[in-house]
Parts: sequence; C-alpha cells; structure tokens
Amino acid sequence: MNPLSDIDIELRMLVEAVYLKYNYDFRDYTGASQKRRVLAALKAMACATVSELQARVMHDPAAFTRLLQFLTIPVTEMFRDPEYFLAVRQQVAPVLKTYPSLNVWVAGCSTGEEVYSLAILLQEEGLLERTQIYATDINPDALEAARRGVMPLERMRLYTENYQKSGGKRAFSDYYTAAYGGALFERSLVENVTFADHSLATDSVFAETHFISCRNVMIYFNRRLQNRVLGLFHESLCHRGFLGLGSKESIEFSSHAQRFEVMSRRERLYRKVGT
Amino acid sequence: MNAAAPSRDELRAALAGRRIEAVVIGGSAGSVDALVELLPALPRGYRLPVFCIVHLAADRESRLPEIFSARLPAPVREAADKEEIVPGTVYFAGPGYHLSVERDFTFSLSCEPPVAFARPAIDVLMASAADAYGPGLAGILLTGANHDGAEGMAAIHAGGGFTVVQDPEDAQVPTMPLEALRRFTPNLVLPLAGIQTLLPLFDSEEP
Repeated sequence: MNPLSDIDIELRMLVEAVYLKYNYDFRDYTGASQKRRVLAALKAMACATVSELQARVMHDPAAFTRLLQFLTIPVTEMFRDPEYFLAVRQQVAPVLKTYPSLNVWVAGCSTGEEVYSLAILLQEEGLLERTQIYATDINPDALEAARRGVMPLERMRLYTENYQKSGGKRAFSDYYTAAYGGALFERSLVENVTFADHSLATDSVFAETHFISCRNVMIYFNRRLQNRVLGLFHESLCHRGFLGLGSKESIEFSSHAQRFEVMSRRERLYRKVGT
Repeated sequence: MNAAAPSRDELRAALAGRRIEAVVIGGSAGSVDALVELLPALPRGYRLPVFCIVHLAADRESRLPEIFSARLPAPVREAADKEEIVPGTVYFAGPGYHLSVERDFTFSLSCEPPVAFARPAIDVLMASAADAYGPGLAGILLTGANHDGAEGMAAIHAGGGFTVVQDPEDAQVPTMPLEALRRFTPNLVLPLAGIQTLLPLFDSEEP
C-alpha cells in the first residue's frame, strides 16, 4: 500500500477528534470522498492544513458546525431516478395499502428532497393520512432546511420532469407556491413527518417501520458501517417490510444479504425475510 | 511535441526501473473512439487493473462495458461500490456518480457535485487512485473538450506516478491534453499509436 501522506494522517486525527469532542462518528466513512470534502472545507475556512482546521474545530463549536456542512453531503434532488419512485408507486404502494397505519423511514434525509417526493407519492396513492414519516439525518442545519421545505425555484423544471417520469398524477406546481425566494412546498405534505436527529453510525432503532428509503447514503460508508446500518434496517422493518436503496447501491456483498430478498434489482427494492 | 511514435525499445527505456500496478485512462470528446483503438492492445493475460473513465450523459446505464466486453480478452465491467479491484480487469466508471479508488483497493461511488460539469469526473478518479497507488500508478489522458483530468493527472505526477498525455496534434479535440500540459510536464507525450505500444509494456512480465 502507498504509505500514508501527512494529510492522510491528519485526516484520521481530525475524525477521531470530532468523534471524541462532538460524538459525530465519521470514522467508518469512505476515505477518498471524505478527503475531498475536508479539502474543500480547508479552502472555504481558510486553513492552511488539516491540523489547523482540527485545532479550530476543537476550540470553536461554530467552526465544527461549519465543517459538518462539508462532512455531510447535502446533494440530492426531488424524484431523483424517477424509475425508483415509479417502482415504489407500482410495487410497494399496493402492499402498503393493506395496512391500516404505516411508518415510513427516510434515513439520511438531508435537506428533505426525498421526504417531499415520497410524501407527494403517498398522498397520490391515498396513503399519506395514515402514514407517519420519520425523516432523520445527523446534520441539524439540513434537517432545519428540510422542515422549511423551500427548494430553489431554478430546480423546479428538473423536478417537474422527474415527477412526471415517476408516474405523477397531477401538475407538479400544485404542490408548491413561490415564496421566500424559492418554491415553498405544501405544509400538509409534512404534517405527519417527524424530522429527527439520528445517526446511522451510533444510534439504534426507534420504531417499527413498513418501508425504509435510504438512498445514496450508504455509499459513503465502509463495509463495516454498511453492515451495521443494514442490521438496523432489518431490525426496524416489520415482517416483509420494504427497503429502497440508491441506484448503484446493493446489499449483495453485505453480511445481511441473505436477510433481504430482491424485489426489483434494477430499482434496488428489497423485502425483509426472516425475523 | 513528438509527432512520430517512439519505438517499443524507446518506450521500454522510458519505463526502466518502474513497477506499474494499475492504469487509469481518462478522456472526453472523441475518447470512446480512442479507446476502441487502444484497449484491444491489451494482451491476453494482462495482469494490471485498467480504470477507464469517459464523460457520458448522466443516464442510468452505460453500454461501454458491454461494447468492450465483446472486443477484449480481459473481463470488462462497470466499477461497483465497495467492489474489490481484481487485477487484469478493465473497469469503466458508470454514469451519474463519481468513482474513487480507496486505499484498500476497493472502489467507492459518490454523489458529490459535478467537477468541471462532469460526474463521473476524471480528476476525482485519478486523484484517488494516485493516493492509493502512488508511484505504482500510470495515468493516460486522451482527447477531450474540457479541463477535467488535468488536475488528476497532475496529482498522479505529484505522487510519483507515470503520466502520459495524448499528443494534442493527434487528439480529436486537443483541449484536455493541452490543459494537462499547461500544468505539468508528463513523462511522455504520445500519439495514440504510441500509447497503443506502451500499454502492454506497463505489465513488467510482458516480454
């Protein structure tokens, strides 16, 4: 293996310090992407070295909050991969309709794009009223943005296109109004949403759920943490519960592979087997 | 710039004392054509992993692994998240995600914003592979219409790796090679024919 460079050593010390001081556990995140994001933080926060950044973060909680925005990845879009949402609509929703009440968990919800997408889908399938959605993330600023539900107006064209491809039944513009310099989404969509601080790396299961959507979150985790998270999901899901992942994620290589069955390989939809 | 391709012996001399463990090839406009010429030069039994990355539309599927599978003796596949890198395999970066090589020689994908409008970005793959392989990495930058790749090649160079830039005069679109040459001096500047001769020589067992 190529020997560790100074910056690699500093990075390990930084995530260790962040864990010990703030109890945010990034130790099992994949290295390459984390390194890029810390380098971006260095630039934005005008630090010459990672060690300098570490010193600042150690002694100034506001600096940590700033760093956290780089360490978490708030890049997503509404109805990203419309085929996924179409499959949820066509294959998952009909089964969900057989339950009198539902718990849905959007794990790693970031700034809420997927929460609002799923809420719209559930409403159109007549399920939203009986559904409790848990939208969790480790980044309080992202959660706050998710709660507000104001998306950039310039994204609406793409989101509308995605929505239509996902089997949307109405005009997408029915769901938002222009306000606060953006597109403010219908408050009724998130009436039954609990936005909560929850770490997939350190916290445990908090509810029994029927459907968990966790897309493009686990790609940032190493195998060990991926296994932990899939264990959490298995524990949380009800008998035959559904799990949806990102389009390039898979559970085939995980130690939990046998505990889920593939429902749609292409759309990365799985169902829990066993107890 | 060398217009004519150097001989096999000259290229072998340029590699003297090096032990290449992996090859990364990046390009944009025109680079699929270039790869069609280049990759069949890989002999049967080639032992290095080869990472290929070309800019594509962000559709969900890329047909490149399929296309090259039919043309090459080596196994060809799209690089998957957390997959262990297997020597002798040709990997393509799939559309819509950045591809990185981790220090434990697995792949990882990420949804970070595009770099130079590109996702996957050549810079991201090359810089991460440079971290993992250091002097054991060979980087090749082909034809292309934007500046993605220049920084990644510079990172390979800085990490002691071996760098080859396609001769801009030989490239379908010279922007990408020119941008790399503006930043650093690679080990070799070669026309495609020269890169074709060079590629098998990276595997030191190759006679």
